[in-house]
Amino acid sequence: MLSETILEMKDISKSFPGVKALDSVDFKLRKGEIHALMGENGAGKSTLIKVITGVYEKDAGIITLQGEPIHFKAPEDAQKKGIGTVYQEIMLCPNLTVAENMFIGRSHSSFVNWKQMNEKAVQLLESLSIPASPVQELSSCSIAVQQMIAIARAVDMDCKILILDEPTSSLDEDEVQKLFVLMRELKERGVGIIFITHFLEQVYEISDRITVLRNGKLVGEYETSALSQFNLISKMLGNELEDITKIKKHEPVVSDTTVPVFESKDLSSSAGVRPFNFNIQKGEVNGFAGLLGSGRSESVRAIFAADKVTGGEVRIKGKQVKIKTPLHAIKHGIGYLPEDRKDDGIIDDLSVRDNIILTLQVMKGFFKPFSMKQAEAFADEYIEKLNIKTPNSNTPIKSLSGGNQQKVILARWLLTHPEYLILDEPTRGIDVGTKVEIQKLVLKLASEGMSLTFISSEIEEMLRTCSRLIVMKDREIIAELKGTELTENDVMNVIAQGGKTTCAHR
Amino acid sequence: MRTSIKNFSYLFLPLSVLALLIIINLIKGADYFSITMVNGALYGNIPNIFFGAAELVILSIGMTLVTAASRGQDISIGESATITSAIFVLFVLQAGEVTLFTILVGFLFSCIAGLALGAFNGVLVSVFKVQPMVASLILFTGGRSIAFMIDGKLSPILANDISNKIGTVIPGVPIQTPIILTVLFIVFFAVLLKTTNLKLYVETVGINPNAARLNGINPKKIIFLTFLIMGFCTAVAGFIAVNKAGRHDSVNLLKLIMMDAILAVAIGGNSLGGGKFSITGSIIGAYTIEMLNRTLLRLEIEPAMIKVFKAIFIIILMVIASPVVRLKIRKVVDKVRSGKTAVNQSKGSTPLSTANIARKKEE
Repeated sequence: MLSETILEMKDISKSFPGVKALDSVDFKLRKGEIHALMGENGAGKSTLIKVITGVYEKDAGIITLQGEPIHFKAPEDAQKKGIGTVYQEIMLCPNLTVAENMFIGRSHSSFVNWKQMNEKAVQLLESLSIPASPVQELSSCSIAVQQMIAIARAVDMDCKILILDEPTSSLDEDEVQKLFVLMRELKERGVGIIFITHFLEQVYEISDRITVLRNGKLVGEYETSALSQFNLISKMLGNELEDITKIKKHEPVVSDTTVPVFESKDLSSSAGVRPFNFNIQKGEVNGFAGLLGSGRSESVRAIFAADKVTGGEVRIKGKQVKIKTPLHAIKHGIGYLPEDRKDDGIIDDLSVRDNIILTLQVMKGFFKPFSMKQAEAFADEYIEKLNIKTPNSNTPIKSLSGGNQQKVILARWLLTHPEYLILDEPTRGIDVGTKVEIQKLVLKLASEGMSLTFISSEIEEMLRTCSRLIVMKDREIIAELKGTELTENDVMNVIAQGGKTTCAHR
Repeated sequence: MRTSIKNFSYLFLPLSVLALLIIINLIKGADYFSITMVNGALYGNIPNIFFGAAELVILSIGMTLVTAASRGQDISIGESATITSAIFVLFVLQAGEVTLFTILVGFLFSCIAGLALGAFNGVLVSVFKVQPMVASLILFTGGRSIAFMIDGKLSPILANDISNKIGTVIPGVPIQTPIILTVLFIVFFAVLLKTTNLKLYVETVGINPNAARLNGINPKKIIFLTFLIMGFCTAVAGFIAVNKAGRHDSVNLLKLIMMDAILAVAIGGNSLGGGKFSITGSIIGAYTIEMLNRTLLRLEIEPAMIKVFKAIFIIILMVIASPVVRLKIRKVVDKVRSGKTAVNQSKGSTPLSTANIARKKEE
């Protein structure tokens, strides 16, 4: 492999009012390498990317592209120089065809030669072995294929550098593998790829080099093979690492006579989860494990009545109750942090304060608004308790980082003092530091007597926090695992062996 | 302190437009703002603006709420007001002798009619998920014909002393009655917003209905509620308009006022795509439009040409308020500010970010 440098950045600095986002950072990308850019949220990864792609102008420093100093004023400049970017959210038009999505806005003439466009698309799709037809509507492709089409669009131009900003966060394991095949193919062609992700395994699987940033400063550049995972985490976190190993499970005291805090019988919902039985004890942390689409989210949504409940009964502390809407659930002391923070969680234009008090306010009632003073006191209390990084409680939530937004939603539920709190993927798409904080918080709350359901795609996290795992497959509960000696492999085996059909993947 | 600055930036657009209009009028002659007493009541351009804008202000308040919650506009408000006022007139004229009591009962009936019309639009939008503009297109199309039928295919005259007092001025009171009614209405809404969570609920529903539902707010109910409130607003506006006019002209009463109401919402700095809103902004926006209309008249622009000038003014306004221009302005402001913070940083030894947060907490 050639080690020719395509992109070199030296002493890059960038400040925003009040924050130094990048502090003389160096970065080097070689031809035909996959380079992971690692760091917590707020470490400066996205700022660095935005400087490369011309979204932000750097305050100081030099960028050279193949030995030639460059200065981008707008994202178009970067595109013209062969820098393609694919973001976490797919920025394509779902109602257009695959070929249209690949070439839209590319041609300089006002007319489209459909035949030629489709032929070109076929060529490109085949060369990258993307399983899609140019004439099919984009929305009919799976998310992974859509992601690949976004990449195809980016590399279609004479692409030298491809930036992938968390492309895998909404993909399942199979789909990730397909994406990796594509990335390796591009690597062979000599494209330099900058890869950003929160999944450490993926970094080790695919990257050649790792650059670690922390608090806007460069920690170092390493060969992936020479850096252990433990060391990588410690470089990303500084001294926070010890905490992650200290996390200890809390085992609730359960006897046969204890009445569960929540109990469901044959509960089913319009989202298509099979009728299931479930219970949780006071102070217990349990989790739903399973692959994407196995029904874990649908199950907890049924408990909270987030989807229409179609059957079954529910008991709270032994008393049968009716939970038909989320409001009923809230009034019975259940909280639910949804999987999709952006679509179901945050009210993006409202302030951190309003986002925190929202649910408690709804519980209190339409005609009893909190005074501004009271609302601010609540918000400030939880901003401090959960260490939410925000200039003040009046800042709109949308200007916070993902991890801090998640903490605000957590604060919203904690403020209602629920007896049973459901956390559906609270650690998805957020930085390692906040992940650790959230796991510690879960255990602390349980030790104080709250019951929690904790769902995570990273089974490790659930093993660390849950004393009981409910394993799901094909929208059905197939097993319940207990015990402190459980390993990730045990869970995987249960998923692989259990269930009636063989592989549950789409 | 920061909150007040924030609110001010929200009102920057309507207030600057108002200021611009005031300057134009001052250049034309300072006597514009003179207020005189005629028969114990205040007269002059300023009272005239407040008098003329009464219905528009009331309708803009309702329009703000509908826009914020449903992410769309009700275009049937002029027609709804024509129907409610027709019902008011019908009741008063049929009652025979006109007393304060019959007027009040008539007003009550028109309010019920307004709520019913609001409920009609509200059900279409919240339950059947029809786009607000399409849903209200129904009443927009048929409303005036319905009012014409209620009027008995005539244009009934409200020739009585009480209506005259409501529409113009009560002897001995220096301020015209519609202005007083508008103020009462605004106070009513100020109290409503203060004592309920209407603002929080409406904004939440307008920004993210999914999240609203998961936090226990029923978006359908809230959208329906805003249309009910809109219905109440149309009843009040229709009541004022018909008493001002003294007769019920079902063809021209409050004709095309929804355009001005939507414009008032936009000038008020509100997004027509729903979400966060400022009723204060809309109220200032409504008065601004009335002032604009009168300013154009005063500039002695040919009546036929007035609409052209109004259109030009609106274009300028919307460009100034557009996200593109706002972003440019913000960039300039940021540059100036970051220049200042850089100076601060070199002075202090503590890291800037933590120092800043600490400082903000102290405030």
